[in-house]
Amino acid sequence: MILTKRTRTGVLGAAAVLALILSACGNDSSSGSKTDVKVDDSAKFPAGSTMANLADAGKITIGVKIDQPGIGFQKPGADAPEGFDIEMGRVIAGALGIDDSGINWKETISDNREPFIQSGDVDIVLASYSITDDRRKIVGQAGPYYVTGQQLLVRTEDADKITGPDDLQGVKVCSVEGSTSLATVQDKYGADPTPQGTYSECVDALKNGTTDVVTTDGAILLGYAAEAPDELKVVGDPFSEERYGVGYKKGDTEFCQFITDTIKAAESDGTWATAFENTLGQSGVDTPDPPELDPCQ
Amino acid sequence: MQILIDNFSEIVDGFVVTLWLLLFAGLIAAVLGTVLVAMRVSPITVLRGAGTSYINVVRNTPLLLILFLFRDAFPKLGFNYSINNYFDFFFVAATVGLGLYAAAFVCEALRSGINSIPVGQAEAARAIGMSFGQTMRQVILPQAFRASVPPLVSTYIALAKNTSVALAIAVTEATFVMKKLTNDHPSERWWIFVGFAGGYILIVWVIALIGNVFERRGALAR
Repeated sequence: MILTKRTRTGVLGAAAVLALILSACGNDSSSGSKTDVKVDDSAKFPAGSTMANLADAGKITIGVKIDQPGIGFQKPGADAPEGFDIEMGRVIAGALGIDDSGINWKETISDNREPFIQSGDVDIVLASYSITDDRRKIVGQAGPYYVTGQQLLVRTEDADKITGPDDLQGVKVCSVEGSTSLATVQDKYGADPTPQGTYSECVDALKNGTTDVVTTDGAILLGYAAEAPDELKVVGDPFSEERYGVGYKKGDTEFCQFITDTIKAAESDGTWATAFENTLGQSGVDTPDPPELDPCQ
Repeated sequence: MQILIDNFSEIVDGFVVTLWLLLFAGLIAAVLGTVLVAMRVSPITVLRGAGTSYINVVRNTPLLLILFLFRDAFPKLGFNYSINNYFDFFFVAATVGLGLYAAAFVCEALRSGINSIPVGQAEAARAIGMSFGQTMRQVILPQAFRASVPPLVSTYIALAKNTSVALAIAVTEATFVMKKLTNDHPSERWWIFVGFAGGYILIVWVIALIGNVFERRGALAR
């Protein structure tokens, strides 16, 4: 490309304007209320254990979702994601003596969580990662650190017609492609799945009438309903049980025990509840009792 | 392996949607592609320009972008067409998007065939008083079609595989079923991949077979 003097000035000018716009965007992106997390610098771990390796390196890579408001969500332009999964990730990192600057947040989608754990691309995964027997065949899952249930989000005018999962026969239901929620309504309740890439695309499809129901964990739906209370409504009781777990490399029982103990401690000292109030609690749900954790196998 | 047997009917359902997409989009592409190529070689400047513009715009736009356009823009403009619950809005949007996209490639495949016919044939047809339409229908296109078979087969193979992009706009075709199975049964991931790759290979193999039949017939007729 040949740059004449004039176009060069133009390019530089455009770059300057762009830089201004970008920096302006960056200003209001400071993330909201963060939970105070104990960073335990004096923690001692058995030599050679995963915990010792991570603590010595002072770095941890955590796989999270960045498109689920309240759970794991990165605002446009923000440096780090926020949400309940993120807070729990910070709690675990803190117990290893790693502060926020040592955490590398890596986006995972539902499909690549197991490959990321197996290949070591991430150290742990907190990505609304429901514990299932089949997943436990190939990865470790500690927890649950949160138990939620699937609910339905409908347009306000349909709230009388669709009141629960039994009304879903042949109804167009949206959720994220490859998600457990979508499989449940399809296989158990005969719904007609219309998968999208993200929940916000599902909500758009619900608003423009190309789909009739959005389903996923209630907490996420409440967030969307709160944004458009005249248009959208969450209906029915939770009809499935999703137990969110922390994914780690299969067989690392020591590490599992550490994660389980850390979450238990956070549950009993109130950090868990504060983290919930700062994230999922913002949509108006009451803070539930912390769940009982499975023993490590 | 067991996973493929246990979920066989669901897998077949997915591939049936894939085949419906391929059939309808393929028909749209065949009809529109033929019209476009007639425009591109016509003596009328405006038609030539329009045909060329269509190719330049549609062929140079990523398929995914075209599908998103149909999914998002059309409901906003008030088009919310669905034939029935099976062939729903998303299916129609994906079919039209895939068809319009593939039409550009069908047109260019046919045009390559037309360009392979010596210009003397068209001149001879004109010399005995045939109109442009007659020249096309009776002299050029039958020969051009034969010469176009190999690039057309490639175009339709690409279309068959491109139907998987429709997953992105909520069509529950084979790739959707695959993602559902890998999410439910991550430990069986590799068998699931192998099974679905096999399904697509089978479809493509049938298209190639049909292409071979046409090619052989063409060779005899010449």
